[in-house]
Amino acid sequence: MTTEVRSLREFKMPDVGEGLTEAEILTWYVKPGDEVTDGQIVCEVETAKAAVELPIPFNGVVEQIFFPAGTTVDVGTAIISVAVGASAGDAPAAPAASAPAAAVADAEEAVPERREVLVGYGPRTGGTQRRARRSTVVAPAKSAEAPAPSAAAPQPVAVPAAPVAAAAVGERPLAKPPVRKLAKDLGIDLRTVVATGRDGVITREDVHAAAAAAAAVPVEAVAPAPVAPVAEAAAQPAPAARGDVRVPVKGVRKATAQAMVASAFTAPHVTEFVQVDVTRTMKLVRKLKESGDLGAGVRVSPLLLVAKALLTAVRRYPEINAAWDESAQEIVIKGQVNLGIAAATPRGLIVPNIKDAGSQTLPQLAVSLGELIDTARQGKTSPADMQGGTITITNVGVFGVDTGTPILNPGEAAILAFGAVRELPWVHKGKVVPRQVTTLALSFDHRLVDGELGSRVLADVAAVLERPKRLITWG
Amino acid sequence: MTVKSTARARKKAAPGVPDNLRIKGTDAPPELVQLLTPEGERVENPEFPLAITADELRSLYRDLVLVRRFDAEATSLQRQGELGLWASLLGQEAAQVGSGRAMRPGDYAFPTYREHGVAWCRDVDPLNLLGMFRGVNHGGWDPNEKNFHLYTIVIGAQTLHATGYAMGITKDGADDAVIAYFGDGASSQGDVSEAFTFASVYNAPVVFFCQNNQWAISEPTTVQTRIPLYRRASGFGFPGVRVDGNDVLACLAVTRWALDHARNGGGPVLIEAFTYRMGAHTTSDDPTRYRLSEETEAWKAKDPITRLKAHLEQEGLADEAFFAGIEAESEELGLRVREGVRSMPDPDPTLIFDHVYAEPHALVEEERAEYEAYAASFEGGENH
Repeated sequence: MTTEVRSLREFKMPDVGEGLTEAEILTWYVKPGDEVTDGQIVCEVETAKAAVELPIPFNGVVEQIFFPAGTTVDVGTAIISVAVGASAGDAPAAPAASAPAAAVADAEEAVPERREVLVGYGPRTGGTQRRARRSTVVAPAKSAEAPAPSAAAPQPVAVPAAPVAAAAVGERPLAKPPVRKLAKDLGIDLRTVVATGRDGVITREDVHAAAAAAAAVPVEAVAPAPVAPVAEAAAQPAPAARGDVRVPVKGVRKATAQAMVASAFTAPHVTEFVQVDVTRTMKLVRKLKESGDLGAGVRVSPLLLVAKALLTAVRRYPEINAAWDESAQEIVIKGQVNLGIAAATPRGLIVPNIKDAGSQTLPQLAVSLGELIDTARQGKTSPADMQGGTITITNVGVFGVDTGTPILNPGEAAILAFGAVRELPWVHKGKVVPRQVTTLALSFDHRLVDGELGSRVLADVAAVLERPKRLITWG
Repeated sequence: MTVKSTARARKKAAPGVPDNLRIKGTDAPPELVQLLTPEGERVENPEFPLAITADELRSLYRDLVLVRRFDAEATSLQRQGELGLWASLLGQEAAQVGSGRAMRPGDYAFPTYREHGVAWCRDVDPLNLLGMFRGVNHGGWDPNEKNFHLYTIVIGAQTLHATGYAMGITKDGADDAVIAYFGDGASSQGDVSEAFTFASVYNAPVVFFCQNNQWAISEPTTVQTRIPLYRRASGFGFPGVRVDGNDVLACLAVTRWALDHARNGGGPVLIEAFTYRMGAHTTSDDPTRYRLSEETEAWKAKDPITRLKAHLEQEGLADEAFFAGIEAESEELGLRVREGVRSMPDPDPTLIFDHVYAEPHALVEEERAEYEAYAASFEGGENH
């Protein structure tokens, strides 16, 4: 036993799920100094596909753990080292000098593998390591007539003055079969064509360019300047600091993110704001509540009157209830108002809508709104409830904030944010008195809604909320 | 009036169906053939009698334990990066060992990619199976030597291969039979329906052995079928039986009956082994994302090994020394598998050209020469 040779072995992050490149360490079940046996579970990791437990392939004593829980590690990176042949009583072998972490600090040394520091990401070395080609190529007999190879440089070169023809590297030129066919049809030898595609692949355009050059008087090469590959560093995830929590993007969050990106980057947004004295509206809400005029058990909220105010404005300016049809190059003014209400639910933000809200009476609207909110809170909103919205209200006031710049629900032209109602000093009938004031914000798609239309709609909503009597006079 | 009389006539006719046309295990209760309860009690079934010796019982127990151990070791090796992928059979040992041991030497099995227990019964070396999942061979056993076809990854495709093979047996006039393994998910594949049709009309000696492990990756059986799967057989005109897939004795008895039925000119049989995939679909899958742990817990109580062990103990057919011996043997197997996999040499890359055609082929030879020259153009050795 004592003669057993001790050696330090590293366990590398395996690819546990068919082609994954990284995994996050969730939990370590062992610590340095612990004795481990072959097959013992030492940690749990999570990949894009699954959370799995990793068994260590050695018998020995844990020497070092290279990454704390919560770190995302590339497949193939050593995550733990084990002194093989040691037992728990032994002191860790050669503490600092032979430890891989120390080796990382020695930046001078060219380490082929990406070895990380304990926290965060170390410098990234090149992706795949390829063996060097022999300097003298033993070419297959049948391609012996190919030009003798020089240096191994199959990549397109970023200097236009020195385009590298595929032939120069003495390999079979890279091209897709249809491009090969094209070259054959045009009588172009692919080995003479300058490749501009990724990784030195000859494109269809390259062949056409070569054909054009061949047809013209042999002048300078007319191949377009090859583009240097875009640095891929930008695609790397940001360094994970200690304590960061990484939440996988899926479900409602994913759908929301896609919708918001689609909306924010296709519709040019304009947001306008107005502060409004809603004391009368609040009084009306209170009276409706107390009287039960809208029906027994029907909930009456300020949001109901905001909805009614917006519907009133839409009736006066139907062009706000519209959508931009990019493919048809048309503006679609919707015949019906499907009023969306942004709702925070246990599943995340969703925007169900009240179908044909424009034709509903106030009591009907109150019932619809109550049902919509209940359904959403129970997480039972169906996909159909969320489709076909034409204009939306987001009630940010419930969170105690004054206003925001809402992003349009995709496919709609306007969204109204309803802020918190606060008691503020307000000039009312020539005197500064406490009044209930809120802020409304309206974002609209400037492709189809001009500032004038947007402003009129927002002003209308404000006017109704200031004097809810206008629901009758404008109704 | 006519409708009424027809209905009455049909009603009358039902009990009069001759016994040879009655769908075994379908029209008569109990639906689930079981010979060993989860508590380890032996149950008799007049339709599927099973005379079995203590030696045979102990041998089945050994199979179950070793197969499970091998499977667990493979999962562990995948987690260590030694295998590209592994499809665990955890929970399905009895269905595979029971049916595998029912085969005669001349019978032929067409597996999916999860039939490690059947491979064990057909004497395919576990390391040979792992070579494929490590990517160092392309299915390293000779199917005709083991009468065990190469693993088929394409879902359900092997049911057609099996049917074709079975039709060939009939033409040869042999009395062998074939087993086609597939799962509940594959039952939705067109290939399986086609295989059923051909097997039925050609009266092919093939047993369709469906391990209904309840989950086709993340799809429950309820979205695959509206009737119990074994009843599908009646639509194709051959018997269907549902057997407790966690009961190795029932699987053995029913499969033995089905193979004999097939080899004696009775035509195909569909066996639905009602079981449960205790683990993930493959090592790339995480079942906690789509199924409840309560369900898995409930199936744990039906474990195939526990019930056979309980039976052996209750009947005094095995002692502590026997169980300890099996345990030691399984440790040994684990070690052999671990070390064997880790020390598997990388194959010669030109192996890929070896079995493209049965006979020499000019184009393949040309490509081989081209590849060899290419590989030799690298520094540091011919192929490495």
